[in-house]
Amino acid sequence: MMLRPATVFAILVGLGLWLPLVQFKPNRIAAGEGIRLDQALAGGPVIALAVLGLLVLSCIWRMPDRMRIVLALAGMAGSLVVLGHAARSLSVEAGNLARLAPASGFWLMLLGFSLMLADGVARLGPSLPARWLILGLVLVAGFGILASGMLDQISVMREYATRRAAFLHEAKRHLQLAFGSLGLALLVGLPLGTGIYMMRRLRGPVLAALNILQTIPSLALFGIMLPLLAWLAATLPAAGRWGVSGIGAFPALIALFLYALLPVVSNTLSGLETVPRATREAAVGLGMTRWQVLGQVLIPLALPSLIAALRIVLVQNIGLAVIAGLIGGGGFGTFVFQGLNQMAMDLVLLGTLPTIALALLAGIVLDLLIEHVARGRP
Amino acid sequence: MRAGRFLPGLAALFLLVFLLTPDSFAFLFRPLTRNNAPAIYHQTALLRLTVSHLSIVAIAVIASGLVGIVLGILVTRPRGREFLPLARSVTAIGQTFPPVAVLALAVPVMGFGTAPTLVALFLYGLLPVFENTLAGLTDQPAEILEAARGMGLTPLQRLWHVELPLALPLIISGIRLTAVISLGTATIGSTVAAPTLGEVIIAGLLSSNTAYVAQGGLVVSILAVLIHHGLSAAETNAARAAGRVG
Repeated sequence: MMLRPATVFAILVGLGLWLPLVQFKPNRIAAGEGIRLDQALAGGPVIALAVLGLLVLSCIWRMPDRMRIVLALAGMAGSLVVLGHAARSLSVEAGNLARLAPASGFWLMLLGFSLMLADGVARLGPSLPARWLILGLVLVAGFGILASGMLDQISVMREYATRRAAFLHEAKRHLQLAFGSLGLALLVGLPLGTGIYMMRRLRGPVLAALNILQTIPSLALFGIMLPLLAWLAATLPAAGRWGVSGIGAFPALIALFLYALLPVVSNTLSGLETVPRATREAAVGLGMTRWQVLGQVLIPLALPSLIAALRIVLVQNIGLAVIAGLIGGGGFGTFVFQGLNQMAMDLVLLGTLPTIALALLAGIVLDLLIEHVARGRP
Repeated sequence: MRAGRFLPGLAALFLLVFLLTPDSFAFLFRPLTRNNAPAIYHQTALLRLTVSHLSIVAIAVIASGLVGIVLGILVTRPRGREFLPLARSVTAIGQTFPPVAVLALAVPVMGFGTAPTLVALFLYGLLPVFENTLAGLTDQPAEILEAARGMGLTPLQRLWHVELPLALPLIISGIRLTAVISLGTATIGSTVAAPTLGEVIIAGLLSSNTAYVAQGGLVVSILAVLIHHGLSAAETNAARAAGRVG
């Protein structure tokens, strides 16, 4: 018999049902004990059996893709709901100090159902509006479950509850770092890419310099920015007034900006190079000035390549901005490194989960946009 | 351009001399220190950190290279085709996961030290290799495959003598991407106590000693450039060989 994706998903979710759903810890940093779904909830065994039944069914019967997408979405939401309920009922018995963290079983179930969703969507190849709709549904359901308070007894959410203000502050900072550096990179990279497109001789040196920047490990680049910018601010008072500073978020912003330059510049260049020579000459023949050719012909035609750069940079910078937490630049990395230092894994999760969610969201949204642009042309 | 040919050799030589006798380069890093702080990191020998950094990266890259190539082969065989759409979307989605986040999430499962770093590098490194293996194996000229079939080659022979050599340049470029990313990401492994060159950089961050940050960064950068260069050369060779197959 051939192994089919449905069987793999069933095995993953089945393992998830068999492994501990929540981890019970008497306090925040103590070692934990795993509790399975059937032990954690009064109705647990029934739910587990029902899910197992559905999984076996999905293995023997080739479900239509649409139905599998619905099943996967329901499964993802269901795993969260079951986790929340289990934590709530367990916390009533255990008291306030106890911590209930999602355990391996929960993550496996979530993995199995999300793979099922990815497979269903890839197979069905739904239209763009349908994909926006699925994304919207996932977002609304996710936020709905978070807002409903269903998960409030989960350890990550309790970390969130005790530091809501700090979380919102760092979230804002994280977004500022990722989008601010993207904006700076576009501001500098677009003209630079266009410049080396027009001045062929500069291509080699500029791209080589940007390539070398990429090889500097992020930790070191962030670290070097601190003294460099502090020195700059001290020697040039004007720079200091402009906000240049060796502490806070500024060094992180500049480091992210430097990493973002290569994708922006090289994609601008390759996008402009895809424009056929004949097209360019026709525009010149029509009597357009150099700037009109650039603005009205070249840049619109290079757009797909530019949006691709946007995707690379945004996803990369959302992830790299975590390092800012290590040099006092703020962002979700603050929680990650605090958590690693205190061995408080719930705090690590509070930093990593939103980072992953943001990066995923940025990647998916920009992929959809890229497809819109690609379809808008012959 | 001609000078460029000697540059990698010179960089390698400089790196070797620097790692063997770091103190003779103290004058370079002295200006970066303050309050008479030491210019060269000595808590652990730089050479030892470099070796363990490279071994961690090598183990992870070899493992993810092997697994990535095997998976890429499996999903492009007739029996594995069912998994192809899934494989494609998983690699696309997986690559948006930030490496730092993968590293931090590996800690609760594996504890501190080298293990979580290895796991994070392995998982993250799988994707470029797998993606490029897929691209190399799926985007092949139909007439060549047809000819191979016409010559009476078995599926296994076709894979070994035709498909893999044709895909090799792309596979190597995937491994190169993986190696360069891993080299940089491994430094972050030192935040979870893995013995890598990140240790030097972190020591510099904690004691505000820019000399440490610079020398840790410098060694990793030169290694990245050298590995990039070496694997690019291998890729060119493979492309030439693939040209002969085609």
